Amino acid sequence: MRPFIIAILAASAALVVGAQDQQPSPAPPRQPGEIIVTINGAPGLPPKYAVPDFIALTNDPDTVAAARTIGQVLWDDLNFEREFYLIPRDTYKSIPPATSLDQVPLDQWKQLGADGLVIGTVRRTPAGVTVQVRLLDVATGRSAMAKEYSGTLKNPRLYAHTASDEIHQQQRALRGVARTKLAFTSDRDGERMKGPVADRGISNIYISDYDGANQIRVTATRSLDITPAWSPDAKTIAYTSYRTGFQDIIVQYLHELRAYSKPANGTSEKQNYLPAWSPNGEKLAFTTNRDGNPEIYVVNRDGSALRRLTNHPEVDVTPTWSPTGNQIAWTSNRTGSPQIWVMNADGSEPRKITSESWCDRPTWSPAPFNEIAYASRTGPGFDIKVFDFENRGTRTITDGIGTNESPALSPNGRHVAFTSTRTGKEQIFVIDRDGKNLRQITKAGMNRYPNWSQ
Amino acid sequence: MMFRRHAVVLVLIALLAAGACAKKKPPVARPTAPPPSGPVAGTRPPTPPEPVQEPQPVPAEPIGADTLSTADIDALNRNSPFQPVFYGLDQDTIDAAGQQALNGNAELMKKYPTWVVTIEGHSDERGTAEYNLALGERRALAARNYLVSLGIPADRLRTVSYGKEFPFEPGHDEGSWSKNRRAHFVVTSK
Repeated sequence: MRPFIIAILAASAALVVGAQDQQPSPAPPRQPGEIIVTINGAPGLPPKYAVPDFIALTNDPDTVAAARTIGQVLWDDLNFEREFYLIPRDTYKSIPPATSLDQVPLDQWKQLGADGLVIGTVRRTPAGVTVQVRLLDVATGRSAMAKEYSGTLKNPRLYAHTASDEIHQQQRALRGVARTKLAFTSDRDGERMKGPVADRGISNIYISDYDGANQIRVTATRSLDITPAWSPDAKTIAYTSYRTGFQDIIVQYLHELRAYSKPANGTSEKQNYLPAWSPNGEKLAFTTNRDGNPEIYVVNRDGSALRRLTNHPEVDVTPTWSPTGNQIAWTSNRTGSPQIWVMNADGSEPRKITSESWCDRPTWSPAPFNEIAYASRTGPGFDIKVFDFENRGTRTITDGIGTNESPALSPNGRHVAFTSTRTGKEQIFVIDRDGKNLRQITKAGMNRYPNWSQ
Repeated sequence: MMFRRHAVVLVLIALLAAGACAKKKPPVARPTAPPPSGPVAGTRPPTPPEPVQEPQPVPAEPIGADTLSTADIDALNRNSPFQPVFYGLDQDTIDAAGQQALNGNAELMKKYPTWVVTIEGHSDERGTAEYNLALGERRALAARNYLVSLGIPADRLRTVSYGKEFPFEPGHDEGSWSKNRRAHFVVTSK
């Protein structure tokens, strides 16, 4: 067997798994002469992958548990993008677990129908843990990918997410989303603030992994922190805060204590809300009442170069940037009902793209899709629709159950996070852009305003 | 002299009737310096106040004036003397009932000239969350603009929009929705 090419990500520092969840550095550039093995399925069918539990090379309970978790999560991650057919794990029982990466019963995996097999090991080390991952072409036994990661054992899921993103990139030239995060608003802690008539629920910003794991609170207000927006570098979240008694935009540095800025520089007379980052992270578009009416403005992230984009006596609210940053879509009711509009990023050439009952919260899809997702009234409630600039048509991707609002696209444009009342209180769900694979992300309390990190 | 005084009173009444006094201080009892603790030799009793010039009494209030001006702010807001303004679906225009409520609120603002009020804009749950933030803002600003037109200084009137974050009634029918589409007045400082 040919020697495996092991891409070793730089030491344990590269994969610090913990409160800050630093993402591993990207893999080094390919060495000349490296052979890329692409695993194919039967003609016209996606390749079939199997992902058994990883092998625990040390026998302590943490390592054993991590080995199981990584296998399961990696199966889920690879299944998420629908590029592969993932063979269900409960059919693996007949195949004896491998004890090392070099002794894999490939014949039996072939019998099960697998084209690709992802196997791996977890070994405890004095510094933490070493995880090896291999993708094998079952037909030939060749290694398509071999990686080694090291880090702590705090969050084994991150090794699976990292391997999944690398497999999607290498095998399908696809940017996976396994290491991306969601942000949303939740009142789950049950904290109350004084209200004029009755006490009111406090909402804070939470973040989670893309699959809903590791939900943690990142703000601590005694009022409302809502409408989070990840900056493209994922280091900060901009959001609407009521902590001063009026709405203003706070840009909070997630990894630094008490580090924040207020680029829109709000006062009780100049309130600001619903921030949206430009694709390069240098500007924020937002809604403000400083002219006595909701209008769209843009400002540099350092608070300079404030500029007004809309000038109309009706509502202008909730901007979103096109992937190039050249255009902005937003909601306006200037024709009598809330509809989606598009303008150039300097405010010129406003034009309406929807003519429905009530449309709101446009979210521009990243390339390669030329689409805007939005909420549209389809009955008593709303559904998520997608407007396609190519054919100027729309499609509805939710099913009319409950009300469905506030769409947020994944960075590869394939998935939409949104708010739905389909199970009762508002919760965050994720669905694919074709309306398949609905998944519930939150269950505790009421959750709103999802946003997907880059 | 008497004639001139009567003329002044008449002119004042005419001005008041025309609403032209809107920007003047309200003609109501104002706190005055406490009376001296005992009679001071050689001073005459204070001049009796001018004849009552208030053209109309303020609207009936749920709580007596003294109670209001000393009540703790939270308790005050829980039994608010201010009337909320209600709106139609996706509307921010103030109808006749809303104007009546605001006229009463304006009188209260004039009566308690130190009060600063925050007007909260709210929507019902049926619209989308983001648009409702703007709609609530439009409602609060509409109520504020109306009060400013009645002569209430803008710096005593703050606004904030909560969209559909804080419904007053929990139900999912028009009975609740109609109460949740509102501008609600909260005394912020006294």
